[in-house]
Amino acid sequence: MNRIQSKLREDKKLLSIYFTAGHPNLNDTVTIIESLQASGIDMIEIGLPFSDPLADGPTIQKSSTAALDNGMHSKLLFQQLKDIRKTVSIPLLIMGYFNPILQFGVEDFCKQCQEIGIDGLILPDLPLAEYQRDYEQLFKKYGLINVFLITPQTSEARIRQIDAASEGFIYMVSSASTTGAKKGFGQVQKDYFQRIAGMKLSNPQIVGFGISNKETFSQATSSAKGAIIGSAFIKHLESEGVEAIPDFVRSIR
Amino acid sequence: MKYQADENGYYGNFGGAFIPEMLYPNTEELRLNYLNIMEDPSFEKEFHALLKDYVGRPTPLYFAERLSKKYNTRIYLKREDLCHTGAHKVNNTIGQILMAKRLGKDRIIAETGAGQHGVATATVCALMGIECIVYMGEIDIARQAPNVARMKMLGAEVRPALSGSRTLKDATNEAIRDWINNPVNTHYIIGSVVGPHPYPDMVARFQSVVSKEIKSQLLEKEGRENPDYVVACVGGGSNAAGAYYHYLDEEEVGIIAVEAAGKGVHSGESAATSALGKIGIIHGSKTLLMQTEDGQITEPYSISAGLDYPGVGPMHAHLYESGRGEFISITDDEAMQAGRMVAELEGIIPAIETSHAFAIFNHRNFKPEDLVVINLSGRGDKDLQTYIDYFKL
Ligand SMILES: Cc1ncc(COP(=O)(O)O)c(C=O)c1O
Repeated sequence: MNRIQSKLREDKKLLSIYFTAGHPNLNDTVTIIESLQASGIDMIEIGLPFSDPLADGPTIQKSSTAALDNGMHSKLLFQQLKDIRKTVSIPLLIMGYFNPILQFGVEDFCKQCQEIGIDGLILPDLPLAEYQRDYEQLFKKYGLINVFLITPQTSEARIRQIDAASEGFIYMVSSASTTGAKKGFGQVQKDYFQRIAGMKLSNPQIVGFGISNKETFSQATSSAKGAIIGSAFIKHLESEGVEAIPDFVRSIR
Repeated sequence: MKYQADENGYYGNFGGAFIPEMLYPNTEELRLNYLNIMEDPSFEKEFHALLKDYVGRPTPLYFAERLSKKYNTRIYLKREDLCHTGAHKVNNTIGQILMAKRLGKDRIIAETGAGQHGVATATVCALMGIECIVYMGEIDIARQAPNVARMKMLGAEVRPALSGSRTLKDATNEAIRDWINNPVNTHYIIGSVVGPHPYPDMVARFQSVVSKEIKSQLLEKEGRENPDYVVACVGGGSNAAGAYYHYLDEEEVGIIAVEAAGKGVHSGESAATSALGKIGIIHGSKTLLMQTEDGQITEPYSISAGLDYPGVGPMHAHLYESGRGEFISITDDEAMQAGRMVAELEGIIPAIETSHAFAIFNHRNFKPEDLVVINLSGRGDKDLQTYIDYFKL
């Protein structure tokens, strides 16, 4: 069983963290991952930076630009991660945009992921139809779980279609927005969380976008299996540094 | 149908809809409805009435006698520069504003580089009384002040794109982000045959009025519908798509696409996408794209802001790859000289984008009996300052 699938069976709410590889410093990647694991994080999304991250708000745009300016690129990320499975056992996913993967060569990229021990990919601009048309076979061949997104606007029929195509979890985007912290969740989000919970999907859901603190984490996970924090973690890294990662995690749960 | 989009929006290997799930409902609503709406007789009637009475169509097909003599061939100019607002862009914005109304949208967003598409969008929004927000790179706002003022006078809000390189591609990113954040009431009027399916096909259909008119005008003037060549400049590719559209499957008509070489194709400052690009994904479409080895999108350069885009529409990527289209790139200097030549020989000052198309005659010979149609996509008023600075007028 894939590490993501076993993690999802654990009887707890999962806390997952996104960070942009190559930021704040080019060679922080392994330190950040090890520190997150030591702090009790359940799963990590390693952000592969892209020049034009069109689903992202200002915080991740800036961290991506900074990472690219620092010299991050796909080959370097794989080099940095080459021995990661000697020290890290929690699920690791790569999250990014599809173009850098297309240039790397989709099959080569998948193969590298498998060799390193990456468990899944989250590629917002590779939607279901394009994935199934050209890439599904490759992802499966290398044991990678592809994670799809749903939003408050996603129709019930499409959610069912995505559920059927998913093998790990469904990434539940909290509101119609780009990434970045909002001031808490309102009634619209609560209704949405409940509506999805009521659908009894076969894949658990993990909520992302707009989760920044204990309160939004517990709201998001009241019915979902877990939540992902990105922008708020990146801001904390920028202001407090890599050493303060345990403090951030403690502030969430 | 070989060169048209299939039902998934693919032109050969190019096209598709590589969009985040947040945009799926928006593009899906459009995809499911655009053909039905466009084929509805009442839509067609309204569209064509506005093109005729508001835009000033049909635009003339003019035999350029002195230019023909100079190059010893037969040259016709399709006068899109005479459209209201000064370029072909308005054919698309008229179509899309009517589409937006039928979809019940009450807020319009658009991106713009030089400001031509922004002005054309602000114009139709004023015409329909609909809120209009135009994203424009901070750098372009500074270099295109007159068009910024025109948009404001037309009642549009111009929002600076402050991310990335702060030019057209970033303005497009910001417009897409706006659409993600406003998924229900907003329609995004894209300015060229780019973006996710169904945009390239929809915009090409709205622009196809250009080649439809060329056919009937040539028939009247020359007793034949088909020229030997159709020539157009290509930024995103919308004026070219319109000029080629009804000729795509008529293989005896040569299709020539002119791209901006900037300071030279291999100078590092160029926008010649077919020569420099590799297959990649930009703004939701798989197409030819200027990018680094690692797949980061690079910043193009051209003296003409309207050709300054790192990608090209998927239709054109397919025309290039299949060999159906002949692609030529023209430097800043060649384009500027060609623009001046057309002004002096024909009394028409072309937009600098269009001047690139006119430089074709220094690159390629045509036979004396050939019929060559140049799509004169826009007029040069907006570019006067650039011409003044270049020629020290
Ligand atoms: C006059 C004119 N021609 C051509 C273009 C290039 O766009 P496209 O390739 O979509 O026709 C522009 C864009 O601003 C323009 O203003």
